[in-house]
Amino acid sequence: MELKSKIPAGPLEQKWDSHRFNMKLVNPANKRKYHVIVVGAGLAGASAAATMSELGYRVSCFVYHDSPRRAHSIAAQGGINAAKNYQNDGDSVRRLFYDTIKGGDFRAREANVYRLAQVSVNIIDQCVAQGVPFAREYGGLLTNRSFGGAQVSRTFYARGQTGQQLLLGAYQALEKQIGRGAITMHTLTEMLDVVLVDGVARGIVARDLRTGAITTHLADAVVLATGGYGNVFFLSTNAKQSNVTATWRAYKRGAAFANPCFTQIHPTCIPQAGDHQSKLTLMSESLRNDGRCWAPVKKGDTRNPRDIPESERDYFLERKYPSFGNLAPRDIASRAAKEVCDEGRGVGDTGLGVFLDFAEAIKRLGEQAIRERYGNLFEMYERITDENPYQQPMRIYPAVHYTMGGTWVDYNLMSTIPGLHVLGEANFSDHGANRLGASALMQGLADGYFVIPVTIGDYLAQAKLAPVTLEHPEVRAAEAAANERMKRLISIKGKRSADSFHRDLGKVMWDKCGMARNTESLTTAIQEIGALKEEFWRNVSVPGSDADLNQALEKANRVADFMELGELMCRDALEREESCGGHFRTEHQTPDGEALRNDDAFAHVAAWQYQGEGASPARLVEPLTFESVQLSQRSYK
Amino acid sequence: MNFTLKVWRQASTASTGRLETYAAKNIPSDASFLEMIDIVNMNLEEEGKEPIAFAHDCREGICGSCSMMIDGVAHGPVKGAATCQVHMRTFQDGQEITVEPWRSVAFPVLKDLITDRSALDRIIQSGGYISAPTGGARDANEILIGKEDADAAMDAAVCIGCGACVAACPNGSASLFTAAKLSHLAHLPQGQPERYRRVELMVAQMDEEHFGHCTLFGECQEACPKQISIDVISQMNRDFIVAAATKKPVTASSLGSG
Repeated sequence: MELKSKIPAGPLEQKWDSHRFNMKLVNPANKRKYHVIVVGAGLAGASAAATMSELGYRVSCFVYHDSPRRAHSIAAQGGINAAKNYQNDGDSVRRLFYDTIKGGDFRAREANVYRLAQVSVNIIDQCVAQGVPFAREYGGLLTNRSFGGAQVSRTFYARGQTGQQLLLGAYQALEKQIGRGAITMHTLTEMLDVVLVDGVARGIVARDLRTGAITTHLADAVVLATGGYGNVFFLSTNAKQSNVTATWRAYKRGAAFANPCFTQIHPTCIPQAGDHQSKLTLMSESLRNDGRCWAPVKKGDTRNPRDIPESERDYFLERKYPSFGNLAPRDIASRAAKEVCDEGRGVGDTGLGVFLDFAEAIKRLGEQAIRERYGNLFEMYERITDENPYQQPMRIYPAVHYTMGGTWVDYNLMSTIPGLHVLGEANFSDHGANRLGASALMQGLADGYFVIPVTIGDYLAQAKLAPVTLEHPEVRAAEAAANERMKRLISIKGKRSADSFHRDLGKVMWDKCGMARNTESLTTAIQEIGALKEEFWRNVSVPGSDADLNQALEKANRVADFMELGELMCRDALEREESCGGHFRTEHQTPDGEALRNDDAFAHVAAWQYQGEGASPARLVEPLTFESVQLSQRSYK
Repeated sequence: MNFTLKVWRQASTASTGRLETYAAKNIPSDASFLEMIDIVNMNLEEEGKEPIAFAHDCREGICGSCSMMIDGVAHGPVKGAATCQVHMRTFQDGQEITVEPWRSVAFPVLKDLITDRSALDRIIQSGGYISAPTGGARDANEILIGKEDADAAMDAAVCIGCGACVAACPNGSASLFTAAKLSHLAHLPQGQPERYRRVELMVAQMDEEHFGHCTLFGECQEACPKQISIDVISQMNRDFIVAAATKKPVTASSLGSG
């Protein structure tokens, strides 16, 4: 199969504009005849559902949470980028585009990223119109801060809760439409499969988490906005319920899965405290605006950090990357921290940590100013670690945070299954091999507010869809398969909880497919995951019934998919014989330890296509052509 | 650390619940309250017994899923924290801890510690938004909002929708939740056109959902993990009176554009 990216012709700056003109429209009276299913109500899903409903489409929205306000977008702290150039510091659409392409280590599509930079300005306008309380100056204007990988201040924020405020804006727009009867909302309902009829996505199979009832919902198009798969590592900054099941089921129905090995390890998270730990907590990247990263020069230096003199401190980011300093991009900052710890200079009980120190900023700006900027983050830190970051430096360590890979989509956000669209973190499209800070919120809202509402019309206007009923054999088969899988999980009655398998899987992934990977580690990981999977289907314990609210069953169903995904991630990492962004193959590095790309062989998207149980998936390739930027060795020095 | 837990177990909304006793053994003091329950649950699952059902997700105090009465206190003993942000070092070794779901007529128990809080969504549906369809918004900096107003809006907007205010209120009132959304939007110029209609609609919905009335006990602000002040309730009451005094008829066709 060929991957058709459908990137419009013409100059980069005009592609989206001319595409919008060339796309077919659905007239207002006909829109209500179309039914669109949206799965997920994070930034991408909620904004897409609300906007399509405002346009007049009939929309049904499904979430496994008890309310659409709880998606993990809510936890994003730092901010959202937009090329507004309000600070007059040299920003522009082109610069945001360039920073994002470069930040992604030249493994994203130019056309998509340019469109993202273009609509970024509309997002801020839209959110303000909805009442999102962004931070302001005394004069009433919006304020900005800077984020990693950029030398301008283009990040808009609402204290340390930007994701929450943006999500509540989209949630309120969604609730408005629900209240008007224009959207049918299904809460506590988890998608188990996509329904294909004659190769076209026509609905989903979903399980009511209250009663266990599995039913099919039919539609004219399906939109998945189901988030990323970082929880494959068990420990990540993702919410506990975040999972890959929706996009994985789509993969097994034929939707190619792109660049699964591109995962983002965020440099500033609170280090793990022990084996009981269920998740890791992020400390916003914005902290690196005022905090300085350092480690002791001497190995095994256990002195109180305040007693270590300046001459015995290594401000390693400032030393290695003088022009970006503490604001080096995430992949670079994470690897630098790992290097320091590998050398035995890590801090804390485990030696897996470096300091993030605010002493100088407090001296320069006063404690009050720091409290205003980061108060809630400092509080969060103190609550978890029992240490006061106003008085002693924070201890931080990298943790899995975001996944750049995901379902392959074309320029219209449609997967290789016609009618199945994928938005936000769930798709692969805009961040290449590394996402810059404050770009995830931007992409989720760009996809939901501004891209899919237009491209879905183009699809629906041209799709010739025959009526489908619940009696259709393909529909019944999908529903039966979902039922059977639940019953099978219940019937194993083994000895180990799904969580214990998940922890084992996470350890394999982190050790062997984490911040550094190589042929040996990846080959071993594939074998270990295979063994784990085999044991899972023989020895998992899922108490209770499938006809009931059963969280153990929900978990087991998701863990089973994570294991299969983990295997594909390792396979993808193994095939990509280069280092780029968050994908660091130890065999491929520059003499000073930076990622060494191989543009001749790997300037492409790798999309995996399922070939059936037991068969190796096919690796499809979408070449990336760069017409507007020069591919260069990424330097932040 | 070791604890004795008395946990509310209830199979479904229709069935009767009861407190059951569990031993939580060898719990690290750095574990969060939810991680302590994870450990108990893992043991139950490996014995083939049904784990304790509880709502949770982000585990960093922002999604608003977790919702436990710990020894009769919504979200437990730590002020300004959700259940997921309470750590076991707060408790005494060997302590007996009672864990129950939110108790409110408006929040029926679905299973064990999970309640149905959809009434809060319906309050937002009734008017907790600014009608601004996507597209065509003017430049964000054309709307000037002084820092004080932006900050006051944000102070109210931080609500995580957990429902602790309702659970803590002797009357089971949702006034803090409702007033927080009203206050957020009332502090912004964008929120003015629908301001008085919004307060009438949201207050009416609150009554319809069987939430009780506010008699200013102040328990809600004590329980609120985001420490939202009951000042927002006085503002809601003022706006409600203004709305009643300057009432224009609300009709279906006047409910905004779209």
